[in-house]
Amino acid sequence: MSASQKRLAALRESVGEVDPLEALELQQRGARLIDVREPDEVAAGSPEGALRIVRGFLELRIEQAVADTETPLLVLCAGGARSLFAADDLERLGYTDVRSVAGGFREWKNAGLPVEVPRTLDAEQRERYGRHLSVPEVGEEGQLRLLDSKVLLIGAGGLGSPTALYLAAAGVGTLGIVDDDVVDRSNLQRQILHTDARVGRSKVASARETLLALNPSLDVRGHETRLDRHNVEEVFGGYDVIVDGTDNFPTRYLINDACVKLQKPNVHGSIFRFEGQVTVFWPSREADPGPCYRCLYPEPPPAELAPSCADAGVLGVLPGVIGVMQAVETIKLLLGIGEPLVGKLLQYDALQAEFYSLRVERDPGCAYCGSEHFPGYVDYAQSCAAPVAVP
Amino acid sequence: MSKTTIRIPTPLRNLTAGAGFVEVDAGTVGEALTLLERRHEGILQRVLDEHGRLRGFVNVFVGERNIQALGGLDAGLEEGAVISIVPAVAGGTR
Ligand SMILES: [Zn+2]
Repeated sequence: MSASQKRLAALRESVGEVDPLEALELQQRGARLIDVREPDEVAAGSPEGALRIVRGFLELRIEQAVADTETPLLVLCAGGARSLFAADDLERLGYTDVRSVAGGFREWKNAGLPVEVPRTLDAEQRERYGRHLSVPEVGEEGQLRLLDSKVLLIGAGGLGSPTALYLAAAGVGTLGIVDDDVVDRSNLQRQILHTDARVGRSKVASARETLLALNPSLDVRGHETRLDRHNVEEVFGGYDVIVDGTDNFPTRYLINDACVKLQKPNVHGSIFRFEGQVTVFWPSREADPGPCYRCLYPEPPPAELAPSCADAGVLGVLPGVIGVMQAVETIKLLLGIGEPLVGKLLQYDALQAEFYSLRVERDPGCAYCGSEHFPGYVDYAQSCAAPVAVP
Repeated sequence: MSKTTIRIPTPLRNLTAGAGFVEVDAGTVGEALTLLERRHEGILQRVLDEHGRLRGFVNVFVGERNIQALGGLDAGLEEGAVISIVPAVAGGTR
């Protein structure tokens, strides 16, 4: 008998085994079945509802997956050997009820028990998103979720450029971009999606080219249109999160009102010279709903009191800071991790090198998010012939 | 009377000769804003309407709380309080 055979025989005694049918019954009664095989083995099929944690990362990831050490665990590999070693390690970690599935996946399949082919990342995706896979809060499941997500960016400009680039790099599978403008040389001081060679071309087409060069497998959908009350719901329809990087009050109110009505989170960013602000408006959030834009500012300023067009201008880097924070908040929303920037307006003062946050309360009397009845869209006049910030 | 700092947002700094902060000694937010107007004429009408009420596109905070939740312009100030005037800003720059 070889050393490993001796050790396995001992483990069979100390750890204990169950046959696949017993394992299925225990699983149905609340035990967690853990498939510890390698990704290429799992890709061909794995017991239905199993947790899949590759043997090499088992000790590091099990606590995140199963916090309660009293939960009964059933460990499965291909033939029932690796799972004995793995079960032994789990007992050493403090799990009190661990058993190995005798005969492993081979016997599970032979017994005709339920199998599923789990969605997994392919080799290229595994390489591309490797640094996400090492973060427990993202992992393979989170990365698959990002790939399935649909985010709509309003504006392929100063804010939309960094947001779009990072969301594309992160593997947000579907990115919609709304813009009806063409690239102007004066945009290039901050709008890093575009290039000098593309001056005069459609911003949506330019954005698409840049984003697909970065991550060719994405679905980048251009909406070369100006949002209005007639098309806003159709455009927003299929998206999970709306990112507001627009430059004028009428569109901001339109975005807000549509997001309230369609119950979509609105990741809001705005900038002026050396100052920026970012927040998430999300009144339809189930746990702890937040305010909408109108809870904070019920009406846009009249033309004569809006910051004058002559004052316009922005430090080119500033939308980078704010747009990247919008991308971070978007990814948090998509993954459902952390504390979203809901009910909190984060202000950035570049000259003072200061961030400070202000609490934004929900207004129970808000005509939009505080009412069952949707009051309808409002066509506001542009408060400035040109937008408030540099177009 | 409490020493209070008023944070002036960029869009209103043309009315404070570029100053980002104005220091006043005041007991309430209303008093602080009146003193600000005395120092920099014309700024108050950007924050309050002709009836002396807060405009719908401007919010005023003491610390991180909106004064709406603290009793409006009557909200009291503690020594070292920071008042932030935060108007709606549209800019995203297309
Ligand atoms: Zn509201």
